[in-house]
Amino acid sequence: MTTSSHSDAITAQAEPVTIANSFKTTLPVLFGYVPMGMAFGLLLADQGYAWYWATIMGVVIFAGAAQFMAIGLLAASAGLFEVAMTTLLLNSRHIFYGLSLIHHLKAKGWHKLYIIFGLTDETYSLLTAHHALKCQTNALKGQDSSPKNQGNTSAQQNGIDTEISTSEDLQEGKFQFIITALNHSYWVLGCTIGALLGGALTFDTNGLEFTLPALFMVLVIEQYKATQKIFPFVIALACAIASLMLFDSDSMLLISITMTLTLLLGKQQLDVRGITVKRGAK
Amino acid sequence: MDNIIYLVSFILTMSLATFATRAAPFVLFHKQGEHPILVFLGRYLPPAIMLLLLIYCVKDIDWFVDQGGINELTALSAVTIAHLVFRNPLVSILLGTGLYMYLKQSI
Repeated sequence: MTTSSHSDAITAQAEPVTIANSFKTTLPVLFGYVPMGMAFGLLLADQGYAWYWATIMGVVIFAGAAQFMAIGLLAASAGLFEVAMTTLLLNSRHIFYGLSLIHHLKAKGWHKLYIIFGLTDETYSLLTAHHALKCQTNALKGQDSSPKNQGNTSAQQNGIDTEISTSEDLQEGKFQFIITALNHSYWVLGCTIGALLGGALTFDTNGLEFTLPALFMVLVIEQYKATQKIFPFVIALACAIASLMLFDSDSMLLISITMTLTLLLGKQQLDVRGITVKRGAK
Repeated sequence: MDNIIYLVSFILTMSLATFATRAAPFVLFHKQGEHPILVFLGRYLPPAIMLLLLIYCVKDIDWFVDQGGINELTALSAVTIAHLVFRNPLVSILLGTGLYMYLKQSI
């Protein structure tokens, strides 16, 4: 089984997955989501809505940007078609999250549906970081954990290995489910506190939201360690700069993710052809 | 009452639209098996998106007024150094955030 020498909070776990040991992984999201959710709850309550509407929206929508946008749309009594279209557009970057998770979501049934429902930027980040680290740990142990090879080994080897891989998948699925549920609960908590307490809050949380950029900074480092490749970052940086220069900064995320995806697909095609050329030369 | 009906359908619409964007790839591509393109994206899209999310978080900083972005840069450097030294995400994040809150609230 996986053992890691250092005490990473975001790591492949050797011990059985519990809420307690998954909690550590989600702490940065807790500190990021609660103030952000509170800001939303406060704004919604300011519009004259009862506090529980903030809770309900946190539970059934669970999307930061969309919920902030909802306040404006509600104030303008926007039509439902317009609501659907703007939400689809605003959240369309999530389409790309699923693309890279199709083979990595190990939960089944309604657990899987729930994880997909809760696939925010932050949940996506934690899930992919965890997967990357697991691959890294397995690579250190001399086994490639890419899904293709895993499939081959379990098909070729005896039943015991298949069983181990299944129980690893079970743990992984459980971990993914708990991470999603914890993040979701922080968001709902934040929305509710904000709407309930509103302006009565006096403690200074100014700057607490920095846990999210700090989390992404850490994950960039971890992703680099796991992939050992610089090209995804070069492509992303170029696309980010280009989209910030050419378009308004609100649509930066969607545009730069689309550009990045296009360039990555191009790179993948080039790689494939490169291999073909080499084979042809033999 | 009309208001409640509007509010409920508003929330349901937004909820379904959000879920649709998250579920679309699973519905569209679940039969693709271990397609090489999906394997490639599974490996290299996350690091790229992580950097984009980081840039997104700091994109609104006005770099050209004095002190512009200096707090963020200091705190992010602290996160990076702490992470390279201690290799503990929680320590790096809390240290960086603490420093950022101190810088932001004391100026």
